[in-house]
Amino acid sequence: MTYTSRLISDPVIRQNPVTVQILGVCSALAVTRTLIPAIIMSVTLTLILVMSNVIVSALRHQLPQSIRLILEMLIIATGVTIADEFLKAYMPDIASTLSVFVGLIITNCIVLGRAEAFAMHNPVLPSAMDGLGQGLGYSLILVLVASIRELFGTGRLLGYQVFQLSADNGWFSPLLIMSLPASAFFIVAGLIWLSQPNNPRSLQAEWKLDYHTFRGKL
Amino acid sequence: MDTLTSILLRSIFVDNLALSFLLGMCTFLAISRRLQNAIGLGIAVVCVQTISVPLNYLVFDLLLAPGAWRWLGLDILDLSYLKFIVFIGVIASFVQVLEIVLERYFVGLHRALGVYLPLLTVNCAILGGSLFMVQRDYNFNESLVWGFGSGVGWALAIILFAALRERVRYSDPPLAMQGLGMTFLLCGFLSLAFASLRGLAG
Repeated sequence: MTYTSRLISDPVIRQNPVTVQILGVCSALAVTRTLIPAIIMSVTLTLILVMSNVIVSALRHQLPQSIRLILEMLIIATGVTIADEFLKAYMPDIASTLSVFVGLIITNCIVLGRAEAFAMHNPVLPSAMDGLGQGLGYSLILVLVASIRELFGTGRLLGYQVFQLSADNGWFSPLLIMSLPASAFFIVAGLIWLSQPNNPRSLQAEWKLDYHTFRGKL
Repeated sequence: MDTLTSILLRSIFVDNLALSFLLGMCTFLAISRRLQNAIGLGIAVVCVQTISVPLNYLVFDLLLAPGAWRWLGLDILDLSYLKFIVFIGVIASFVQVLEIVLERYFVGLHRALGVYLPLLTVNCAILGGSLFMVQRDYNFNESLVWGFGSGVGWALAIILFAALRERVRYSDPPLAMQGLGMTFLLCGFLSLAFASLRGLAG
């Protein structure tokens, strides 16, 4: 595989930002009660990620080292402001469902992390690809979690009735837990479980080490 | 119950930033390995949140809110779209100032909390607290109570969680669930426990 295509494909599963690198978890958990807001959130984050990566990488020789973090934050915040105003103007319902979470993309560690770790050291095109790949990895998790929560929490998917509810003489009674924030944790725990065997780099080694140093102290 | 008490109870138990809005998860998961570190971070969050939310309220009310510039005859000026950039700037500079003051006058406290302060600039619980304050139209007193309460709620959550995590070290889960998987599962149970407190604030 070429370098560019690996930049896109790697973060989708093997180096997934949410389940493997544990970045940007907050919004991945919080906006996943139903599918449509989750999709809008994914698209918004991916666009902002690509935009911030491109701008940071284009300016990387001009940004003074000492204040680069503040400038990166400023670039991201500008993108977020545009996205927020756009959503408020054209999709007011979804904007109110997402409430503060669009604004919180500013503090999403994926965006700042990629600007710092990748875009500061690479040319514009690879940076754009990297942003797209990380965005897709994030979107995959968001869409998976949201589909499960919406399907089992309401029996619907994208607003269409999939399971016939028992209230309408069907067989399915919605699972209350899926509408609670706790279910997002359980589902992500499951996804982490699934993604572990493909991931020899493994956070387990780190955990084992931690466990043994802790036991040694007893 | 009067409004302020109700906001306080809501912000600690019902609208818990960590466990029902799932904010500040990155730091929440990273700094909860040891109880002692969690307590330090919790105290730092309470301090920063209690001051930064009312501070952002003042900035928003005096400079950004629609009609804030009426006294200059600029009735239609609405700068509220600038809130993201301004809030993150206020939080970042406030944390910096706090660090300098602590370093100069409270050396012991700085030694205990200093390492956590820079983390709080990019913690979404801090920015989220200010954004909720705007969204819910709190006045000054309410924003003070909301800032304090949401900080205490977050601190309570991370302290409980760190204590749980220390216990779970002795357990023996399936290999693939060790570490991160267990951590998320625990978070889920804690969040479930807090969901049962929902009736508290009426």
